[in-house]
Amino acid sequence: MSVTVRIPTYLAGFAGGSSVLRIDSGPTNVREVLDALWQAHPALRDRIVDEQGQLRQHVNIFVGDEAVAWNEGLESKVYDGAEVLIVPAVSGG
Amino acid sequence: MPAVQHLSVKNGDVLLLVGTMKGAFFVRSDKSRKKWSVGGPYSAGSPVYALAYDGRAGRNRIWWATQSFRWGTFLKTTDDFGKTSTEPETYSVKFPEQSGLALKNIWQISAPASRPDKLYCGVEPACLFESSDNGATWTPVAGMLNHPHRPKWMPGGGGLCLHTIAPHPDDPQSTVIAISTAGCYRTDDGGATWEPKNKGIRAVFLPDQYPEFGQCVHKVARAAGQPDRMYLQNHWGLYRSDDGGESWNDIANGVPSDFGFPVVAHPQDPDTAYIIPVESDEYRCTPEGKLRVYRTRNAGESWEPMTSGLPQKNALETILRDSMATDMLDPAGIYFGTRSGKVYGSSNEGKSWDVVIEGLPPVVCVRAVVVGDGAGSTRSSGGAAKTKARGGTASTTTKMSAKSSAARNTKAAARKSSSKKDARRSR
Repeated sequence: MSVTVRIPTYLAGFAGGSSVLRIDSGPTNVREVLDALWQAHPALRDRIVDEQGQLRQHVNIFVGDEAVAWNEGLESKVYDGAEVLIVPAVSGG
Repeated sequence: MPAVQHLSVKNGDVLLLVGTMKGAFFVRSDKSRKKWSVGGPYSAGSPVYALAYDGRAGRNRIWWATQSFRWGTFLKTTDDFGKTSTEPETYSVKFPEQSGLALKNIWQISAPASRPDKLYCGVEPACLFESSDNGATWTPVAGMLNHPHRPKWMPGGGGLCLHTIAPHPDDPQSTVIAISTAGCYRTDDGGATWEPKNKGIRAVFLPDQYPEFGQCVHKVARAAGQPDRMYLQNHWGLYRSDDGGESWNDIANGVPSDFGFPVVAHPQDPDTAYIIPVESDEYRCTPEGKLRVYRTRNAGESWEPMTSGLPQKNALETILRDSMATDMLDPAGIYFGTRSGKVYGSSNEGKSWDVVIEGLPPVVCVRAVVVGDGAGSTRSSGGAAKTKARGGTASTTTKMSAKSSAARNTKAAARKSSSKKDARRSR
């Protein structure tokens, strides 16, 4: 099973310049997708989750069209061919 | 994003490090401190609550903390005044997983001249981090991380932040820190243990108004050359300690309000300190619409408003706890930034003021440094500088400085301890 992860331009600078990353390690949920992501691109971890492994407050992850916040958080299931989207939330001031 | 402007800086220049809610700016002048040029913004779009200059061991390194709304809080450095800067792969200031804590913000960076191998960070949630390898790695100070009072500390309006780091310049084992809302703590064993040092400091918002800890201390400044003396601006209350924090005495003599955020100590004279009172903990603006810096030259026995060049009508300004600093020159330069995005400066110890820069985002941090002087942390509310002989680095003002120094000595000798607490406050 493989999934495609799309990350914003800012984060692509910490992933070899690519905004589209393929995970082929057979992840079954978002947490496993992220773990594979950290293995390949360690600099992404601190920017997406905090020390406790919690998704940063103003970062959203979608599996397809579904925000993980509305589902099971990082335990949300992924499926073969899924597109996982990591996006900055509307925030700031 | 705005185009970034870079500065050309040379040794001997005065540099202001200005943190705002939308990035950091570097502002330079020569020693006259009359004409200023601006570099930045750096980390544009992100709040920068903490900056520091590390001029030790021949470095010219500026540290700052970027609090990205999205991507977390991390430290950055530049060794060429912003032309290039670090972009860390992994963040260096992090709580251990087993602590259950996660970093929200870095409120203070300290590079003390007296401890050339140390760097410190004060963070939110309240903790002290230290580095012994020039900032390559950072660890939480265990005695602070595991402090038995931690479960009872409560966040103030700005969060549960450790905002003041005041190392003792002569005793490497002793450091005072301050937390909102927990109060002052002091270690005398290099950070292994920390004792609350809040005797005499009021907590108006608690049933017991003089608790062992839990005070909302806004800022502490250690006096130059007299390290057991400290000035403290509280959430209601202005205090001085002459015994390293063992006891605190009310010194709000003749100020329009004893509420405020910053306090800075003069870089040479232990009897001189500066504050900017604001009105009440609900309003938090300068009283009567007048922007007034108050200066004491007798360790708090009296305070005088320093207003020349500052607006005295319709100036509803707020100056936050780290938005005031002094340089190390003689006469001392005093600087402060407002939430309305202005930075004011005085090159004559507060006698007169000029706008250094305006139109910035809200200012949350100001630091001042003389580039290449080999010093560590810039003079700020929490700094700890050693006494420098008053030597007249600005020749045109030597006469004035000598005169004012003599006057201060006379006043200091005549100082009496007095208690006038009830007449002091305007609520």
